[in-house]
Amino acid sequence: MTKISNNFLLEQLQSKFGDKILSYDEPHGMLTVVADPSINIEILEFLFQEPQLQYQFLTDVCGIHYPDQDLPLGVVYHLHSLANNHRVRFKFFLPDHNPHIRTASQLHAGANWMERETFDFYGIIFDGHPNLKRILNVDEMEVFPLRKEFPLEDPNRIDKQDKFFGR
Amino acid sequence: MKTVKAPIGVEGPGFFATSFDEVIGIARANSLWPLPFATSCCGIEFMATMGSHYDFGRFGAERLSFSPRQADVLMVMGTIAKKMAPVVRQVYEQMAEPRWVMAVGACASSGGIFDTYSVLQGIDEIVPVDIYVPGCPPRPEQIIDGFMQIQEMAKNESLRRRETEEYKKLLAKYEIV
Repeated sequence: MTKISNNFLLEQLQSKFGDKILSYDEPHGMLTVVADPSINIEILEFLFQEPQLQYQFLTDVCGIHYPDQDLPLGVVYHLHSLANNHRVRFKFFLPDHNPHIRTASQLHAGANWMERETFDFYGIIFDGHPNLKRILNVDEMEVFPLRKEFPLEDPNRIDKQDKFFGR
Repeated sequence: MKTVKAPIGVEGPGFFATSFDEVIGIARANSLWPLPFATSCCGIEFMATMGSHYDFGRFGAERLSFSPRQADVLMVMGTIAKKMAPVVRQVYEQMAEPRWVMAVGACASSGGIFDTYSVLQGIDEIVPVDIYVPGCPPRPEQIIDGFMQIQEMAKNESLRRRETEEYKKLLAKYEIV
């Protein structure tokens, strides 16, 4: 059973960070908070250390890209409080040119590889990361393949040309 | 029982004369050591092929070579990510002549369903391929059929195919020395 509610957590966050909490939503019952990227580490530390909360397990860090937004790139953190059996999701939106956010790898050791993956696919730069280089793609890759401006398909494939399908 | 047919030659009481081309071709064809480069589900089909039911050993492939230096046939079975491409290439380069390459399954032959930035669209982008086995994944019978085609090649090719102009040109195309 969940020991704390979404509302309780939201009140805690709003009283602590005020208008730096930009918006929130509850898709499928999971609290999703959009906040100012300049306080990402303060939020994670607060949730980690506060005795009532103890969000000490970082489930996932990933990126998202919505090209039509003013701030198109996002970093998403999924946190889990094992003590309270409660999960929460944070989103921080950044510009697509030179996106910088501070690393969480000093707080959560598990963030190290997940931030490298986010850098690898979206080009988001995590300031203070001990080893920010590509982790899954080939080192020679020059693009960030999950950004929407890059085609997903391999350009070398020739059997999908339209002429083979009468198009 | 199926046995290897005698090559063309001159037979008399107590002797049999034929050419090295014929004999060495037969010897090679019936003792091809495969190097299984299995990365995904086609590799599972290959395991079935090696098992007692299909018994790949019947074709002289009983001994798998897990070192490229002693292998004759490189069998690439499965999706090759671009990060894996230099490894396949190095394995091929370490093999001694004569060497053959089989691309088993859709992924090794053409990238298969993985038409994406991270997957090699067929291993023939990096190494020359002798036989393509279609299927996703191919059944063991198909893998065996592909292997028998390689046996036919080994029997009928010139013993020093690496010295032919055509072969040199092919390797030069892949920038393999």
